[in-house]
Amino acid sequence: MRCVSAPLRWHDLPTGDPQGLRERIEAGPNSIWRYAPLLPVPADVASKPNLNPGLTPLVKAHRLAGELGVTGGLYVKDDSGNPTHSFKDRVVAIAVEAARAFGFTTLSCSSTGNLAGAVGAAARAGFRSCVFIPHDLEAGKVVMAAVYGGELVAVEGTYDDVNRFCSELIGDSLGEGWGFVNVNLRPYYGEGSKTLAYEICEQLGWEIPDQIVIPIASGSQLTKIDKGLKELIKLGLVEDKPCKIFGAQAEGCSPVSRAFKDGHDVVRPVKPNTIAKSLAIGNPADGPYVLDIARRTGGAVEDVTDEQVVDAIKLLARTEGIFAETAGGVTVGVTKKLIETGQLDPARTTVVLNTGDGLKTLDAVAPTTGPTATIKPSLDAFRAAGLAG
Amino acid sequence: MSVNVRIPTILRTYTGGKAEVPAEGATLGDVLADLEKNHQGIAARVLDDQGKLRRFVNVYVNDDDVRFDQGLQTATPDGAGISIIPAVAGG
Repeated sequence: MRCVSAPLRWHDLPTGDPQGLRERIEAGPNSIWRYAPLLPVPADVASKPNLNPGLTPLVKAHRLAGELGVTGGLYVKDDSGNPTHSFKDRVVAIAVEAARAFGFTTLSCSSTGNLAGAVGAAARAGFRSCVFIPHDLEAGKVVMAAVYGGELVAVEGTYDDVNRFCSELIGDSLGEGWGFVNVNLRPYYGEGSKTLAYEICEQLGWEIPDQIVIPIASGSQLTKIDKGLKELIKLGLVEDKPCKIFGAQAEGCSPVSRAFKDGHDVVRPVKPNTIAKSLAIGNPADGPYVLDIARRTGGAVEDVTDEQVVDAIKLLARTEGIFAETAGGVTVGVTKKLIETGQLDPARTTVVLNTGDGLKTLDAVAPTTGPTATIKPSLDAFRAAGLAG
Repeated sequence: MSVNVRIPTILRTYTGGKAEVPAEGATLGDVLADLEKNHQGIAARVLDDQGKLRRFVNVYVNDDDVRFDQGLQTATPDGAGISIIPAVAGG
């Protein structure tokens, strides 16, 4: 690994003039770069080649709230609207700026799919890309990762095997000049997830919600949303108030949920077996931090079965017109379970994250979804199928 | 038992820059103790104050994560390859 001096400095948070900062943010670009003063990026970042993700919709989910019995306001932060249809564009956007500053020539990552697509697309800003995925990902994610023209390597093993391989590659001369967004650029990469917290609060009128439900893969996103909320409070952009942070996993890969329920502060790795492949990290690096945050804020970590994930995807689609990938099914499913078990207060403002697009995980819902009827092109056939009225 | 230990970049200051070093021991605990003898200070980066593996360090014996096995009591057969890898985030 090359030794370099710090290429991008972490700014001191611009405290002292919250109203001025709020106005500056609100007048900024319609992307995460409106928060540039709070991120480790150059001041002129918005003018550089980048995918410019962010400012995705915060949908007030009236009909979903009705079905779940939420009376305090339910919102879905729908990050499927990012350029490569997942929240990963946020983290990669910051990592790209760092890679440019470090002088890396190859952009890389270990990925459960969404990140590979985001890196592949972002590399069009002037990098070679070579990304690594487990060999058994959903077809939609494989195509999405490959279509941008970079190199895509399928590794025989789980995500944890891929991650381990990448960690070894980066310590070898073979990895010279490579910027792995989630390994040696990780401190920058992680900062991108803070923008989810910034946007949610800004879109709520500069208010912190009472409860947030966040998916857990490595756990990085949850920890950075917590960090983002703290920064907004420190800056005076929002009023200091408690926010319970909930983590969501699929039962087939629920090491953090297990540790939370067992009262442990160490996460015992598992071998993933779930349709929620974007969350299928059996050895989550930030798992211990997630446990700390869930306990500190009065939240929880919960999990749902694959069947519940599919039901939740359909529930969100049917009520709000949002087609979530399996990770979104996990958060909606876990929200439902948290309400049913009394862990989440339905009378409080709640935000649920959807971090990716359902078109990437069609396999998960295809077996139980399809045409209502197949008919001849005639009115009689339509009537006979019972579809009139 | 003689084994080879792969050292992550961040710990190579303890091994004079070497990416792989030999060590002796019948279990992972023994190997780490032997590693400490020859590369003073490295064990404290891998083990916590109670002598347990740190939460953020993964150790593999011949490709198997020792947390799925016997932890520090995991056997280290002669010629085994041991990898110490800092946990990293992904997705």
